[in-house]
Amino acid sequence: MTAVEFERVTVSLGSRVVLSEVSLRLEDGEFIGVLGPNGSGKTTLMRAILGLVKPSAGSIKVLGKPARRGNAAAGYMPQQRQSVRSLRLSGWDFVASAVNGHKWGWPGARATERKEIDWALATVGARDLARRPLSETSGGERQRLLLAQCLLGRPRLLLLDEPLLNLDPHHQRVVVQLVRQLQKELAMTVLFSAHEINPLLGALDKVLYLGGGRAALGGVDEVITGPVLSRLYGSEIEVVRIGGRIFVMSGAHDLEKSEHRHDAHL
Amino acid sequence: MLTYDFMVNAFLASGIVAVVAGIVGFFLVLRGQTFAGHALSHVGFAGATGAVLVGLPPLWGLVAFTVGAGLGMGVLGERLSGRDVAIGIILSLSMGLGLLFLHFYTAYATQVTALLFGNVLGVDSETLWTLLLLGAVSLAALAVIARPLLFASIQPELAEAKGVSLQLVSLLFLAIVALTVAECTQIVGVLLVFTLMVGPAAAAGRWTSRLGRGVALAAILALAEAWTGVTLAYYTDWPTSFWITALSAAVYFASLPR
Repeated sequence: MTAVEFERVTVSLGSRVVLSEVSLRLEDGEFIGVLGPNGSGKTTLMRAILGLVKPSAGSIKVLGKPARRGNAAAGYMPQQRQSVRSLRLSGWDFVASAVNGHKWGWPGARATERKEIDWALATVGARDLARRPLSETSGGERQRLLLAQCLLGRPRLLLLDEPLLNLDPHHQRVVVQLVRQLQKELAMTVLFSAHEINPLLGALDKVLYLGGGRAALGGVDEVITGPVLSRLYGSEIEVVRIGGRIFVMSGAHDLEKSEHRHDAHL
Repeated sequence: MLTYDFMVNAFLASGIVAVVAGIVGFFLVLRGQTFAGHALSHVGFAGATGAVLVGLPPLWGLVAFTVGAGLGMGVLGERLSGRDVAIGIILSLSMGLGLLFLHFYTAYATQVTALLFGNVLGVDSETLWTLLLLGAVSLAALAVIARPLLFASIQPELAEAKGVSLQLVSLLFLAIVALTVAECTQIVGVLLVFTLMVGPAAAAGRWTSRLGRGVALAAILALAEAWTGVTLAYYTDWPTSFWITALSAAVYFASLPR
């Protein structure tokens, strides 16, 4: 079974071509790290899979069916907004807002929905966060609640957009391990975008590296290489491995690190 | 106090409006759209004075203009977010237009004051029924859209992916806000709509983190402020709107230290 299939997909945002004739096939049940420089289309790729962005050419299939909005089989954690951090709503209400949130009516949860929310909170180990306001949770705790939210409806495909942003290294490890564990337990396909490969090493099955409108998919050793990345970045790239860590360098400049730092200011 | 018809009407009218304003206001605060509510009330001023000029009841002019402007904001949607200057200029233009309409009408100062600062003691039974009807429509519509509204307010991208139309939800909500603003204007006037729609809801949001309790508390606070305000106005002979704004501010600031 193929989780996601792109066939010669071109996606443009305004006049900018973000993905250009990208073809790829993501197998079911894999943990895929989505990497690439800022603006390389990591978010756009996910939004295209969710049917929120229509490709100008080519076709996208999700679990064998054409990509469309409202696909219950796809869970999504959008890149975190500032407003979520200052929300005074309790963790429970935050997660609950997503249960059947597309249906008309008053928000009160029915018994079956309550069970589903409790299950999602327990699965990510966030039961004790249910009563606290979101504004009083730490970055790592908020990630758990966001994960619980996208597990509702038990998706087979999970799209996580930069879940490690603004987390310290310890919490980055915790989140990666939690997602890996959930991915195996619930037999999901996970697309996990990040600025840096290192926190994901050991957890991921494959890397999907985006750049210059193109994509490279494969194992870490196949994709994170000088020749492949040079093609994606459109400039000379050197890959340095030190003590089990990988550094993507352009000249003397660490590209992934600088991307990360750049974003931390936002 | 309750032997006077106008006092009974004042309690009923302010009660209806306060409950609706508290509940709708809770979602307005949650979405961070309070400035839109403020702007809509000013647009309503032009509508009300325009209606008077052509010989229609001011309330209907108010409703027509606020709902029209609310729908307009909803259609522009994301393009308006962060455009406080544009909203502010439309807000001033509306007040200017209202002034022009009054100039042609050469109206009494009392009518202007009533529009700007409210006149709850002047509510007749016909207006009372209109308020009840508008309030029922607002709350019924809110009950229909509340679930996707909440989802779209908290996690817009996720809601969109799950099939919620952000634009439709925003459009319907702003129409509801517009109706509520028009109602509030009858009690506290164009300039003081914030006091019933935002004050109690913001305080409620600080006192509880549970959604249901927050909505209920916002309605209760707004109702308590309105009724206490009317009562104090009766005994002091000071303006009702003053008392409501004072109570609203007191309750909001009391909620801050937490």
